[in-house]
Amino acid sequence: MSGHSTYEPRTGAEKWLERRLPIIRLMHDTAVSYPTPRNLNYWWTFGAILSLMLVVQIVTGIVLVMHYTPHVDLAFSSVEGIMRDVNYGWLLRYMHANGASMFFIAVYIHIFRGLYYGSYKEPREVLWILGVVIFLLMMATAFMGYVLPWGQMSFWGATVITNLFSALPFVGEPIVTWLWGGFAVDNPTLNRFFSLHYLLPFMIAGVVVLHIWALHVVGQNNPAGIDAKTPKDTVPFTPYATLKDMLGMSVFLLVFAWFLFYQPNFMGHPDNYIPANPLATPAHIVPEWYFLPFYAILRAVPDKLGGVLLMFGAIAVLVFLPWLDTSKVRSATYRPLYKIFFWIFAACAVGLGYLGSRPAEGGYVVASQLLTAYYFIHFLVILPVLGFIETPKPLPASIADDVLAKQKRTGMQVGVKSVSEGH
Amino acid sequence: MAATHDTAEPTRRDILFLATAAVGAVGTAAAIWPFIDQMNPDASTLALASIEVDVSAIAEGQSITAKWRGKPIFIRNRTDQEVESAKSVPVASLPDANARNANLAADADASDANRAAEGNEKLLVMVGVCTHLGCIPLGQQGDFGGWFCPCHGSHYDTAGRIRKGPAPENLHIPVYSFVSDTKIKIG
Repeated sequence: MSGHSTYEPRTGAEKWLERRLPIIRLMHDTAVSYPTPRNLNYWWTFGAILSLMLVVQIVTGIVLVMHYTPHVDLAFSSVEGIMRDVNYGWLLRYMHANGASMFFIAVYIHIFRGLYYGSYKEPREVLWILGVVIFLLMMATAFMGYVLPWGQMSFWGATVITNLFSALPFVGEPIVTWLWGGFAVDNPTLNRFFSLHYLLPFMIAGVVVLHIWALHVVGQNNPAGIDAKTPKDTVPFTPYATLKDMLGMSVFLLVFAWFLFYQPNFMGHPDNYIPANPLATPAHIVPEWYFLPFYAILRAVPDKLGGVLLMFGAIAVLVFLPWLDTSKVRSATYRPLYKIFFWIFAACAVGLGYLGSRPAEGGYVVASQLLTAYYFIHFLVILPVLGFIETPKPLPASIADDVLAKQKRTGMQVGVKSVSEGH
Repeated sequence: MAATHDTAEPTRRDILFLATAAVGAVGTAAAIWPFIDQMNPDASTLALASIEVDVSAIAEGQSITAKWRGKPIFIRNRTDQEVESAKSVPVASLPDANARNANLAADADASDANRAAEGNEKLLVMVGVCTHLGCIPLGQQGDFGGWFCPCHGSHYDTAGRIRKGPAPENLHIPVYSFVSDTKIKIG
């Protein structure tokens, strides 16, 4: 929806800057006058929430690094020093650790919003793929960050995940040695993970800029999944989306604060409070909760290489989603069959997450295999077929009509005048 | 855009916006404070803000150096000649007539009694940092039998007072007190 810019520089200072670097125009067009569909619901606030969480993680991370020592002999105690001696260190550490979990809660909601409303469909394929790239960078960042406290889970999680690459034929072992910088996870590994953990968030920020740029070129999707056709269909980003995002962020921060102050270790693993011991493996190595579904897929396959390929494949398949889903209708609101399969898929993902936390024994393995199979069947079989056999519900004529119809149904006549306010 | 009312009366919406912005400002300030305060010295640094030193083992004519807040502290058990030569100097003739002693009033003069330890005129406790540009002076050297700073040639006497050279002040005396007959607590 990148139409003509409506910004008019008013003061002398604005005009001076405008001629040299039109950054105020850019900010105005991006976040003030930007036309936003008027029917967005609160699932659309998670983009802003994610931007907020990225800033929170970067700021808390930079501040934590002022007190952290990336050496195997000192890392664990430097983190305890942060918790006990540094002013508000306990708060900053818990903000960063719980912030990572909140970041993933938000990203999963954001992704599932996209899945439900068809936000990955034409012309938003590149936008979606950039999102997958951000997701991958987030997972790499989180994995390396978890190694830094050098607890038992840090060390053994690093060992297990870096060992994955040994599954590759020929190049596997040399790659693992190269990743480790030695014969096992040790100080060189910790140092380089520290460097990359500091670097990657800024790369995420760069891809987020591309992601928002791609979004602004095509315009937001919306719950009806139909394009905005006239100015009546949209409202200016400020104040409508700005304030809606702020409310969404506030509620999200409340949930964050609850974990932060009342249950700061709930989403973590107690074994990470034991200093790393290369000679003793914990009974049950588990990654952080946000990796559990992929961990379940990894362990479901009895073959080492197969498990690795399928785990990465589970993320790779997302890249092809815009082409796998053959339906011309975007939003699940108008796709009665897809809606059912969406929720089944959501249950499958949660189920895989649960199984990832269980030991790889008995019934759990069988269940993991069934759900892993279903995961891929959803993307590779169900979605392509559904587009052809499903009868979608009739779409509304326009976004404005969709909003007015809803208002009529709920008896809330906000007034015809409000429609023309979307100048 | 939203508050496009041109009337003089503030509307309910205006008041709500103002109240929200005010609460938001207070919340933001409260949220920012920990990020600023974390750069202040932490508990482990503050724990080293005071140290205790046993001075009983220092023989006459011997000095030890303790580390306090990252700086060297000269603790010297002076000989009687050193004490006498410090006492014989008229205070008014000194380049810096101020005692520079954190245990006394700011305007105390640089008499030997105001430089030496309370109740033990042979004990001298000073921050061993030259008041010129921060080098560590060398003990029992220089033209006045006290300390000599090799960086730019400042000479201090047996009471640690500047006598010659570019240093503007006498060597500083930190806050300290006797916690027992044999131990002092600095800081």
